[in-house]
Formats: sequence, C-alpha cells, structure tokens
Amino acid sequence: MSSTAARPRAAVPVTANRLEAVAGLIQRQGAPTVLVLVCVVASATSSTFPTWSNISSILANNCFVWLLALGMTFVITTGGIDLSVGSLYALGGVLAARGAQTGTWLALLLPIAVCAAWGTLQGLLVARAGMAPFIVTLAGLLGARGLLQALTDEGSTTYLVPAHSDFLRLASGIWTPVLIVAVLFALGALLLTRTRFGATVTAIGGNENAAGLMGLPVRRTKVQVYLLSGTLAGIAGAMGGSRLGSGVTTIGVGYELTAIAAVVIGGTLLTGGSGSVGGTVCGVLLLAVINNLIDQYASQYGSAFTDTVNGAFLAVVVLLQTLLSRARRLG
Amino acid sequence: MSTTTAETAAKSGLPERDRLLRLLQEYGIYAALLLLILVATGMDGSFLSAGNARVQLFQVSPALLVALGMALVIGTEGIDLSVGAVIALSAAVVPLYLGWGLGLALPIALLLGAVSGLVAGAMVAFARVQPIVATLSLMIGVRGLAELINGDSAKPVTDAALLDLGGNAFLGVPLMAWLTALAAVAVGLVVRRTTFGRQLVAVGDNPRASRLAGLPVRRVQVTVYVISGVLAALAGVLIVGHGAEADPANQGLDMELTAITAVVVGGTPLSGGRIRVLGTVAGALFMQLLTAVLTQHNVPVSYTQITEAAIICFAVYASRERGTR
Repeated sequence: MSSTAARPRAAVPVTANRLEAVAGLIQRQGAPTVLVLVCVVASATSSTFPTWSNISSILANNCFVWLLALGMTFVITTGGIDLSVGSLYALGGVLAARGAQTGTWLALLLPIAVCAAWGTLQGLLVARAGMAPFIVTLAGLLGARGLLQALTDEGSTTYLVPAHSDFLRLASGIWTPVLIVAVLFALGALLLTRTRFGATVTAIGGNENAAGLMGLPVRRTKVQVYLLSGTLAGIAGAMGGSRLGSGVTTIGVGYELTAIAAVVIGGTLLTGGSGSVGGTVCGVLLLAVINNLIDQYASQYGSAFTDTVNGAFLAVVVLLQTLLSRARRLG
Repeated sequence: MSTTTAETAAKSGLPERDRLLRLLQEYGIYAALLLLILVATGMDGSFLSAGNARVQLFQVSPALLVALGMALVIGTEGIDLSVGAVIALSAAVVPLYLGWGLGLALPIALLLGAVSGLVAGAMVAFARVQPIVATLSLMIGVRGLAELINGDSAKPVTDAALLDLGGNAFLGVPLMAWLTALAAVAVGLVVRRTTFGRQLVAVGDNPRASRLAGLPVRRVQVTVYVISGVLAALAGVLIVGHGAEADPANQGLDMELTAITAVVVGGTPLSGGRIRVLGTVAGALFMQLLTAVLTQHNVPVSYTQITEAAIICFAVYASRERGTR
C-alpha cells in the first residue's frame, strides 16, 4: 500500500494503486539498489575495487561534490537550479588560502561568508526579480570565475596556506572530511524532512502558486535555498583549500553538472516537489563508483570513454526517472 | 500625437517604469550595439576599418549560427546545452572523411548533428525529459564520443576546399559570414512567414493549449532540436576550416553559453513564445565586439567575464515576463 511511503508527502492523494506504489518505490529506492548491484559486481570482477585504500579514496575525493550536491538537492526541490556552485567552490578555495595568510578563523569564515552572500544575491534575483534561475546562476558561474581570476591576477598568483597553519587540519586525512560531510548531510536530511522550512521547499516545487496562496513564505524560502547552496559551496571550498594547501584556480569546472547529475540519479525530480537527501548520497556514490571503475580501465580507454559512459548513464537514468514519475501520476 | 486608442489604452495601463523596460526590450540591443561601435571607434579609429570588421565577422559567424538554432529552441521554451559538444563531434568526424573531399565530409558532419538533435528532441518531446537535462547528458556524452573518435591529439587540416570555406572572403566579406547571413535570413523567414514558425511560437507560448488546438507539438519540438544540431555541426566545420585544425577536446567549449547569451541579450525571453531573429544577430555581434574591445584595451579576462555576467543579468531582467502585480 502506498501509505508506506518513506516520508509524508505534501498534496499527494493516498491511492492504493499497485503500479503507482511500485513505480514510487523504484523511483525512491532505485539509486541505492543500483549502487548495491554495481558494488557487488565491481567487487566480484575487480580485485582492486574492494580494497580499503580504494574505498577510502572514493569517499575522501568526493567530499566536495557531495556538499555541492546537498545544496543542489534543496535548490532543485524548489524547481530551481544552481549552476554557480562549481565556480563558488573554486572561489571559496582561493579565499580560504588567502584568508589563511592572516589566520585560521579567517580562512574558514571568509569563503563561507562570500559564497553565502553570492548565493543570497542569486536568490534575490530569482525570488524577488522573477528571473530564470538557469540564467541567474549561469551569470553567477561566469561572475564567480571572473572574481576568482581577478583575485589571483588572472591565475598568476597562487596563495599558499602557511605550512604551520591549523587550517590544514580541517580536511586532512580521510576521517575528518568524511565526518564533516556526514554531519552536514544528517542535518540536511533533518532540515528537508522534519522542519517547516523543508516542507515549504517541497511545497514550492510541487506548486509554487498554491504554496503562495496557502500563505507559505515562498520568496523568503527561495532566497534561503540559494543562500544554503552558496554556503555549502563555500564550506566545500574551504575544505578544498585546506586539503590542497593552496588556492587552485582551475578546479571545480563542471562540478555543477556532476552535482546536478548526482541529485537527479538520486531520485530528486528536476521539476521540483520531490527531493531526497538520502538519494543524493547514493547518487554521488554511484557516480563516484562508476568513475572509479572506469578509471581502472582508463589505461585502455582514456577519459573520453568515461565521459561517454557518464553521459549515456545520465540519459538512461533521467529517462527512467521521467517514465516512473509519470507512472506514479497516472496511478 | 496620432496615437491610436489602443496604444493610449495600453500606455495608460502601464506604469512608467514598465514602459521604459518595454522600450528597452524592444530596441535596447540595437542602441547598445550602436553605442558600443561609436565608443570603440572614438577610442580607436581603426576599429571600423575593413580589416578589423573582417576579423570580427570571422569570429562571430560560427557563434551566430549556433545562436540562431538556439533561438528556435528557446522559442519553444527549451534550451540546448549540447551545441558545443556537437561542434566537437564535427571536428572529430570531418578529418576522417576529408580524404573523400569536403563534399562527403560536410554532409556527414551535418547528418551527425541532426542525429544528435533528433535524440535531444525525442527525449524532450516523447519522454518529456526537461530540456536542460536531456541536452546536458548529450553535452557530456557527445563530447566524450568526439574525443573517443579523435583520440588524444588535435589534427592539422590541409584540405583546400575546407580551408577556403573557413578562411576566404567574397567581395571583402568572409564566406562564412555570407553563409551565416543566409542562415539568419532563412530562420527569420521561417519564423515570420511559415506555418511551422507560427506553430513553433505557439508551442513555446503554451504547449498544452497548442496540443489541444491540434498542433503537432512533438514534431515541432523535435524539429527545432534537429535544426539546432545541424547549425551547430555546420559551425563546427567552419571552426575547423578557419583554425586549420580539428581539436575536439577544445573546440566549441562554452559555445552553449555564448549562444544562449546572444539570444537572451537579443531580447528573446527564456519562457518561450517569442523569437527575435534580428535581435539575436545584434546580440551575438554585441557580445563579440564587447569582448574584442575589452581585449584590445588590455582589460583582463576576469573583468571581461564579470562584465558579461552583469550584461546577461541585466538583459534577462529587462526581458522577463511581467505578470500582474
């Protein structure tokens, strides 16, 4: 029966329709299922995959994309999109390294503050000025890259985190960054499923006009969602700066696409109104595991092969998602 | 003075600020283009010289071709992020068939562009995948495919016909600019004068009403993505010819952003239902000349980028849908 749905969903009539229930189940549980399958197959066919060093490197190397995908989950659930996160992540890294010249706290707070402000500005343009999120954040992507280049004299200046700085400890090793990400994800999951804010986010994506008519703070929530996405990109940037020990200007290109792909694969509908933080975790892991597997054969095929497979994979998943969500609507 | 009653009524119903915005939306890009040319000429007399004009036309033609296709797609309330990847695909396949001559290589490239557009269109029209995601997956996949076909290195191109197409001029104007102008006129006529053009605008304005009114909504959607793919493939061939090398890893990068910017700055709303072909031409020229002027006066790339971002934002703000407040 569909009353066993994983979480309370706004404005979905309870119809005990088997097709709908199955489609809903696959749509919500598809990513973990595929993830388990891929991991089992990979462990069976590859001797290097199930090793501890390989798994820990998958976890630690994807921390940053994970945080971007967490913010993206909220944005996409409202029916928006945030293309600026890759640029903000790179900008945050440079700001962190710049701040580390002065002190650890500045290294941590400067990127988060600037990226949060950037996100807020984008949110205001989307919510208050009624501009298309795609274009606003596209401009944000260009602008943040530009600011980053200006800060580093067109990429010619590299700020190094001082070798004795405590800031280097923020994302060193494996456990610290993974723990930070895990805590943030737990908070994110609670925020989306257990708070008034989360319910409003879902309601806006479901039907923005209806949400407004019900008296929900639509505009304010939309601004907050972009603020959240920017803040998380800033945290990811700070962690990246700490891990690399310097402000690298060329990182983060295309990360927004990876984050969007992870969110979509995780079962969050791009049309908004149905988002899942747990799904995003699986989405990022699935992409990471597949990339890791392809990389193991990279000596034979090269990175172009990775891109081709990734694109095809994303297309298939999105098609399935769309078909499943339609089956649910028909049910 | 001799305003019609309808106009007066429309004017009185609009607040002053909205009227200004309306004017800005209508003629802003042409005014901006003119102003830019005047300022640039004022700062540097050689800006209007034939030599510089030719250089700029070479630069802008491929981008404008892509933008024309993008304008049609955006007119149906879609978006096509795969155009840069299709350019790369062109660059990957053209060298393979140049041995048989441009007469074979060009049609094959265009055909592949059409196939890519067909896939995007089918995903959007039949599977109802959001255009952003459908073309995003193609953008990643097709570029990967192009690099896969090409291997690691850029390939020099020596085919005389292709180099002529990419580098020669007729009556002092680059061949590719003639070709692009032809495409612009064709697209303009299609939008203004054909049933398909009317259907396209209707679909962008209200897909559901169009479907109920019996318009072939899906066919229109698939067709615009195919046209966009073909124009992008043609742009790819021209880029290869002009640069005398095929480099799928780097050619066409960011082209989707350039094209979307040209369309948006030209006053075509992202919400579909209206296409401004001449505006798109002006928009593409404006962005190209702006970049050229800033580069010429040694403004760092970063500031150029920030300027472009601000201009995109401003253009969208001016052309956004104004609902009832």
